[in-house]
Amino acid sequence: MKSINQIQDEIIEEFSMFEDWMEKYEYIIDLGKELPLLHEEQKTDDRLIHGCQSRVWVNTEMSESKLHFTADSDAIITKGIISLLIRVLSNQTPQDIVTTELYFIGKIGLQEHLSPTRANGLVGMINRLKSEGLKHLNL
Amino acid sequence: MSTFHVNQVRKDFPILDMKIHGKPLIYFDNGATSQKPTQVISRINRYYENENANVHRGVHYLSDQATQAYEEARTNIASFIGASSPKEIVFTKGTTDGINTIAYSLGELLQVGDEILISGMEHHANIVPWQLLCERKGTILKVIPVLEDGTLDLEAFSRLLSNKTKLLSVVHVSNTLGTINPLDFLIKQAKSVGALVMVDAAQSIQHLPIDVQTLGCDFLVFSGHKVFGPTGIGVLYGKLDLLNSLPPYQGGGDMIDQVTFEKTTYQEAPLKFEAGTPNIAGAIALSEAFHYLNSLDLQSAFAHELTLGQYLRANMKDLPSMRFIGEAPDTCATLSFLVGKIHPLDLGTLLDKQGIAVRTGHHCTQPLMHRFNIPGTVRASLSFYNTQEEIDQFIIALDRSIHLLS
Repeated sequence: MKSINQIQDEIIEEFSMFEDWMEKYEYIIDLGKELPLLHEEQKTDDRLIHGCQSRVWVNTEMSESKLHFTADSDAIITKGIISLLIRVLSNQTPQDIVTTELYFIGKIGLQEHLSPTRANGLVGMINRLKSEGLKHLNL
Repeated sequence: MSTFHVNQVRKDFPILDMKIHGKPLIYFDNGATSQKPTQVISRINRYYENENANVHRGVHYLSDQATQAYEEARTNIASFIGASSPKEIVFTKGTTDGINTIAYSLGELLQVGDEILISGMEHHANIVPWQLLCERKGTILKVIPVLEDGTLDLEAFSRLLSNKTKLLSVVHVSNTLGTINPLDFLIKQAKSVGALVMVDAAQSIQHLPIDVQTLGCDFLVFSGHKVFGPTGIGVLYGKLDLLNSLPPYQGGGDMIDQVTFEKTTYQEAPLKFEAGTPNIAGAIALSEAFHYLNSLDLQSAFAHELTLGQYLRANMKDLPSMRFIGEAPDTCATLSFLVGKIHPLDLGTLLDKQGIAVRTGHHCTQPLMHRFNIPGTVRASLSFYNTQEEIDQFIIALDRSIHLLS
C-alpha cells in the first residue's frame, strides 16, 4: 500500500510531462469523466459541500481501519481535481489523513483552484476529508 | 464618421496591457467592475499628495482645498446626470448602500400593507433591503415577472400597480441579461398611481446617457467603480424636497446641525445622509471619471460598444449547443450564455487560462436563475475599450474550451 506522500510524488511526476495548460486540463477533464460517480440518491444534503458556484458531494466509509472516499461534483474540472484528492487520501488511515501535508496541488500548478474565493467547494472538500479523519481518530 | 478611436482610448487604461497566464488580457467582466483610466488613478494620488484633509470642518488651507474639491465633485456629477442641484447628490459607498439608505429612510414613512414593486431581474441589492423593510414594517413586496426573452411582463406590471404601490424600485439595465428596461413607460405608469420611483442605474450609467429630470425618477443610484471610478464610492440621487422630507439613515458627525442630549437637529440634504467622514478621495476621483467620459465623444463610444455587443452575439450564435439567456430586442453589450450541459465554472476556468476574464455563476440574481431554471450562466460584459479583435480571440478561445469540455 502506497503512502500519501508516495502518491503525491507520483502525481507530481505525471504532471511534469505536460507541456502546456491545455494538456494538463485535458488530463484533469478526462479524470473528471472517469471518476466513479455517486448515485443520485447519495447526493444528499449531509454529503454536500456548498461552493458558491459548483457543488461537491463526499461519501465516507470506514473499513479495516481505513477511510474510503467517493465523491462527485456538477463541474467537470472540479471533479477532475477531486479525483486526484481521492487518489491521494482515500484508503488511508485517519492518522495519515489528518497529519500529512497536501503539497501536490501547489506543485502541479493547481493552487488557484484552492483559493477560498474560487467558490468551487474544493477547500470545503479538503476540510471535510481532514475532519472525517479527525472524527475517526477520536473514536 | 466616428470620432471614437478605441486604440487611442485603450492607452488610457494601463491594466489592459497586462498578460494573464502569458496571454494578453481580454477583459470581458465590465459588469462586475470597470477598469480605471490613468486620469482617475493619478487623481487619487494627487489628492493624497497635495490636498488631503478632512472636509467641512477645518479652518485651515488644506481642509478648504479638500472641501472645495469634494463639493466640486458633487456639482460635476449633478451636471453629468442632469440633476437640478448638487444638493440632490448624496455620496454613498455604492449602489447597495444607496438602496439601503432609501429602504431605511423612506421605509420609516411607510405603513403596514403599503406595497413596494420590484422586478424579477433585480440584483440581490434591490431585493434584500426591501425584504428587510417588509419584515420590519409589514410592507408588502411585489415582483414584476420576467418573460422568456428576458424582458419585463409589462401587462403584469400594469396589473400589479395600484394606489397601494408606494415605490417602484427597478433596474435600468439587467446585470445578468443586459436587457434595457423601458424606464419612460415604467416611470409614467408608476407616477399615474402616485408611486415614487427609484432607478438602479448600476449597469446603465456607463453605457447609456442618463438625465434624471427627463426620466422623472425620484431616486437613482449607481456605483463609482462600474463607471471607471474607484471602489467604495457611489451616488444616490434624490429629488431635493423628497430627500429633505426623509428621516436620516445613519447618525454621526457631519450630518447634524445641533446636538444636545435632549434633542438633535439635522443638516439638510445631502449632508443629512453623509454621516461620518466621507470617502473624499473616492468622490473626487469619481468626478474625474466623469470628467474623463466628457472628454470622449461619448455618443460614439456608446455606439462602438453596441456594435461590439451585436458582433459578439452574431459570432457566438453558431457555436455548437449555444444558448443565450435573455434575447431582449433592446440590450447593452452584456451577454449571458450556456453551452449544452457544460458547467459555467468549467468554461470560466478554461477561458481564464487563455487570458479572458468573464463572470460565471448567478450574478447575484438567484431569483432570475430560478426563473430560467438554471444554476448560473457565463457572462461576457463589454466596455467601450474592448475591440473586435478581442471578440475574435474570445470566440476562438470559447470554441477551444467547448471542444475540451465536450
